[in-house]
Amino acid sequence: MSLVARHLEANGLPTVVMGCARDIVEECGVARFVFTDFPLGNPSGKPGDAAMQQAILGTALDLLERAWMPRTTVQTPYQWPDDAWRENFMRVDASNREELARQGKERRDLQARLKKS
Amino acid sequence: MDQLRPYRSFVSYIDCSRTYYAAQGYDKPYAWPHYDEVPFAPPAKPLSQCRVGLVTTAGLPKPADPMAAMLYRREMYAQPAWPPPASLYTDDLFWDKKATHTRDVDSFLPLTRLARAAAAGRIGSASPRFYGVPTDYSQGRTIERYSPQILKWCREDGVDAVILLAL
Repeated sequence: MSLVARHLEANGLPTVVMGCARDIVEECGVARFVFTDFPLGNPSGKPGDAAMQQAILGTALDLLERAWMPRTTVQTPYQWPDDAWRENFMRVDASNREELARQGKERRDLQARLKKS
Repeated sequence: MDQLRPYRSFVSYIDCSRTYYAAQGYDKPYAWPHYDEVPFAPPAKPLSQCRVGLVTTAGLPKPADPMAAMLYRREMYAQPAWPPPASLYTDDLFWDKKATHTRDVDSFLPLTRLARAAAAGRIGSASPRFYGVPTDYSQGRTIERYSPQILKWCREDGVDAVILLAL
């Protein structure tokens, strides 16, 4: 998505990226970025929370108007109710290491079979 | 201060996905795009006169018919922004399915919120269409195929500024 934003900017269209994966967007480098520190999935606010969604959109619009240089990141003030997701997402530990290795092998075998057929 | 923390608060998805796929036996880590130079286009007119468009990585809903659903492939699309779709397809995307959900479209594609901003005069208008772009492993396809098409649709619709939302 950051690559698309860069293309639009290079062609004269101002953009804002809204997202929750701060490192991916900032590594790529975009003109304007509204970061909300939530689990991936709801870059424009919590499901069912219309007031929060309106406020986050408002931040994106403010940023469009006011940013004066590229790589401007604004972090919204919202917190997810708990922090467990930070540890749990794509977790790798002793409890799932064997299972992950098995899943990877299964996927590669399937891809190899599809390639042959 | 609220707390002292011996770690960085926000999750590094570059780090955690590399570790995760390495554990699945993928030796060569995904190489993420990095640029030193960043293009920047200031708005050409006040936001209250701008038409704003939205871009999403979510896909159109999967067909109910099982045969058609099997043939479903992610493609780019431009769809009427109003009325907003009741749902979009997100199952194939990289997001936290344990912690949250995507049943509220406005939580990842704020079409209703944008229409409200237009009604309040904060922006000139919302684009009559929103735009969908698949998340693609291939950066080449995103740069050479998807990005020019999004630009073309935005120009067709007279869009002055764009908000892009990655799930």
